[in-house]
Formats: sequence, C-alpha cells, structure tokens
Amino acid sequence: MISARNLSLTFQTGDGPVHALKDVRLEVQKGDFVSFIGPSGCGKTTFLRCMADLEHPTGGSLAVNGISPEEARKSRAYGYVFQAAGLYPWRTIGGNIRLPLEIMGYGREDQDVRVKRVLELVDLAGFERKYPWQLSGGMQQRASIARALAFDADLLLMDEPFGALDEIVRDHLNEQLLHLWERTNKTICFVTHSIPEAVYLSTKIVVMSPRPGRITDVIESTLPRHRPLDIRETPEFLEIAHRVREGLRAGHGDAV
Amino acid sequence: MRNLLPVLTIVATLIALWYAAAVALNAQWARDQAARAGETLTMSALVADTWSQDKPKLPAPHQVVTEIWNTTGAMVLEGRGFSKRSLFYHSWITFSATALGFLLGTALGIALAIGIVYNRTMDMSVMPWVIASQTIPILAIAPMIIVVLNAVGISGLLPKAMISMYLSFFPVVVGMVKGLRSPTPMQLDQMRTWNASANQTFWRLRLPSSMPYLFTSLKVGMAASLVGAIVGELPTGAVAGLGARLLAGSYYGQTIQIWSALIMAATLAAVLVGLIGLIQRITLKRMGMA
Repeated sequence: MISARNLSLTFQTGDGPVHALKDVRLEVQKGDFVSFIGPSGCGKTTFLRCMADLEHPTGGSLAVNGISPEEARKSRAYGYVFQAAGLYPWRTIGGNIRLPLEIMGYGREDQDVRVKRVLELVDLAGFERKYPWQLSGGMQQRASIARALAFDADLLLMDEPFGALDEIVRDHLNEQLLHLWERTNKTICFVTHSIPEAVYLSTKIVVMSPRPGRITDVIESTLPRHRPLDIRETPEFLEIAHRVREGLRAGHGDAV
Repeated sequence: MRNLLPVLTIVATLIALWYAAAVALNAQWARDQAARAGETLTMSALVADTWSQDKPKLPAPHQVVTEIWNTTGAMVLEGRGFSKRSLFYHSWITFSATALGFLLGTALGIALAIGIVYNRTMDMSVMPWVIASQTIPILAIAPMIIVVLNAVGISGLLPKAMISMYLSFFPVVVGMVKGLRSPTPMQLDQMRTWNASANQTFWRLRLPSSMPYLFTSLKVGMAASLVGAIVGELPTGAVAGLGARLLAGSYYGQTIQIWSALIMAATLAAVLVGLIGLIQRITLKRMGMA
C-alpha cells in the first residue's frame, strides 16, 4: 500500500538545513493499522504529509497505492483526518460530510446514502441536521472521521486526531476506531504521542526519533485483531508498550 | 430598558450643553442689537433672544427640530412630502447616489480583493495604488470628476455615485483581502487532500469564511459612500440633495437649515449602517459565525 525507500526531506532555513526526514524505509501492507510515534520534531507528521502530497520529499522514493503521492492525491486515494476537526460552522454535520462528495462530483442521491452510512459508522446517526457547535469535541472529531470515510478511499491518514481530547473520550474513540477498521478493511496510518494508544490500535508500530527525523524501530504487534479495551492490562500489551518506550529512549539519547 | 437611563442622561447632558453653547455664541449679536436700539437686556431677555434668532451662530436644538419638522412631517401632512423644499426629497437624492456608489464600490472592492488574493502580480502591485488613491483629498478630486464626466455628457446621479464608489471601495478591498485569506493552512490543506479546484475552494471555503470581514467593511463603506455623495453634491451648483442644502445654507447664512441638513444626513447614515448591522447579525447567526 505504501512503500518508502531512502525517503528524505530537508527544509532550508535561515539557520541552515533541517533534516525533517532522513533515509526513511517502510513498507505498509494493505489492511495494516500503522502507528507513528515519537517526540516532537521526529518527522512523523511530515512523513504522513509526504504520503498525502502536502509536503514534497527532497530525496528517495515514495509510492502510495503503487503510484506517486501526487497521483494518489489527484485520484482521491486517501482520506486525511487532521488534528482539529475543522468542520465548517455554516454547514450542518451532514453538509460537512457532503462537502468532499460535492467537490468530487458524487450524485445527489449517492451523497445522501453515503452520509447516512458513515454517520452510522461513527455512531452519529440522527445528527445529520445539527450544527458543529451543537456537538461536543469528541463528536466533532468523529464527524471529521466520517467525512474522511465518505468517499471511496482505501487509505486513511490520521494526524493525532484525538490529541486534543480528554482521556475518557479518547479511550472511547480508540475503541470505535478499531471497530471501524475491522468493518471497513481500510489501511490506516495514525500519528500519535501516546504509547498506550499506539499499542492498543496498531498492527505495526513505527518508532521515530528527531534530528534527523528517522525510524528507529518497527514493532509488529502480536496482539489479536479483535481487542477489547482491557487488553491493555495484559502482560503481552505491557511487553509491547515496554519495547516502544525502549525504542523512544534509545532514539532520544540521554534526553529522556 | 436598563440601558435607557444612561443613554437618556447622556442625551440630556448634550442638549443642555448645546443650549448653553447657543447662549454663549449668540449673546454678542443680541447685545449689539440691544445697544444699537439703546436698550439694556435683562438676563432672561438675553437668553430668550439667543435661542430664537433668525440667523444664529449656533441655532438652539428646538429651532433645528422645528426646521426639520417644517421640512419633513409638516409637508407630508400638507401632501407636499416630496416637493423640492422637503428634506425627504433631498435625502432621497443623496440616498440614491449613496446606494448606487455603495453597490459599485462593493463590487469593485470585492473584485480587486479576489484579484489580489489569487494573482501574485496584483498582490504585489495593486495595494500601494489602492492606498495612494485614498490619500488624495476627496474635496480636491470630486469637482474634477464632476467636470470631466459632465464634459462627456454624463451628469446627475452617476458622477456623484462615482465619488461614493471612490471612497467606499477602499474598506471593502482591505477587509475582503483579509477575509479571503482567513481560512487556516489546515483548511486549505484539507481542500488539497480532496483535490478541490481553485473555484471550489473559493466558493465553498474562502468566500463563506470572509463574511464577517465583509460586513465590517460594508459598514465603513456605507458611511464613506454617504460622505462621498454629499461631497459630490457640493460642486453641482447646489441643485438638490443634502449636500446642496448644506451649500445653499452656507451661502445665505441659514445656519438652521445647515444644522437640520446635517442632522438629516447623520440620521440617514445611522439608518443605513444599522440596516447593514441587522443583515450582518441575521446572516452570521444563520452561518453559525456570530
């Protein structure tokens, strides 16, 4: 699904070049749930933005769905969920989800069907006519996920989508996201700061470190595909979480 | 209702100050008149005289109110509400130029703003000219516009509207450039991930996002339009309009007439700006942006 070979991105700044990504290699298979974890400045968001063709790598190669990120973007091959829900206040929840469908030229009836379907997927059925300000932060973020699911993209790119939400809401949304992933068979790339979140959600955890931004460890999760919330108490879960923490520490030198 | 008492207090204070100022400014004339007639005025006679002169330096509030009533309500009662002596007639003349100039100015302002936001060359080149255009005193350029347009056979409403436009497009350009640029980088990136065209991004994101900025600009633009229309009426030979009333009043020392035209103009401005404020509230509320 995604294949990065020796991918590099260097920003030229007044203080000299900044290596946001250096020699990144990664293969993501179809149906994977991949988390990217690491401290600020490790390039995890930059990597995701490269996949989305929002940043342009300065070296190496990157393929999304076997084609270049630009072609993938133009063929609308992925949905992108940002840190903030970014719903338009002048559109209803239904209208917000309809927005990408209108832009992509889906027919009116098709739009209606799709809006209904994705609202059910994220547990917001019945909220179609509400305005964003009438919803809580967690519900708004679910609506923004629904918006990214509404069109036919097999790939979902998520940039710390639950970063601004409190722990309880976050747990709940994590559980729902796993459900959704099971049911829709999408490939998900998920950027996060949180070790438990990464371990709970992923089939593959990519640990990154800064200066230069690079991958220090890729952990294949041994947890079963179906995961109740209390799997987080099991020794197996803690074992993986420990390995992630070790990876972060190693990449960070003495800083932690 | 809680606001009523403070507001009335301020109004009452202003009116009291106005009456006091009328006494102070008009007293000299009253004393001179009395001295010429060989009389001395008592205090009460002096005050009464300063509040009822024909051509006072500063007319008292009730004189202005009476003049306004005589040229508006009273004429309506007589069935001559729209005669050439009526302030309604003059206000209408001024209003029509203001409204046309405001519409033209808004259209021009929005068009320039779109050009500035979407075209790099315009972004670099237009703004300095827009700002320079506003540093030219309107009083200097207004007669030239009237004369030039008159020479090519355009007279009446349009030249005045052009001057209104000249003043009112400026706040619209400045506000709309800011408004069209108000979407966050995240919102623009999001449009990019959907491979939205420039057109779709404009109609679905940039334009709706700019609405609060647009309305703020429209309020300033409307007030500027009215000023433009009045200034435009000054050099037209004082035919009609509030500006013409002001000019005629100053020719003949009719201070009461000047003040009543001034108050009429202020009222007109307040009503027009208030109207935009109302539309703004309704629109932004419906858009969830209020």
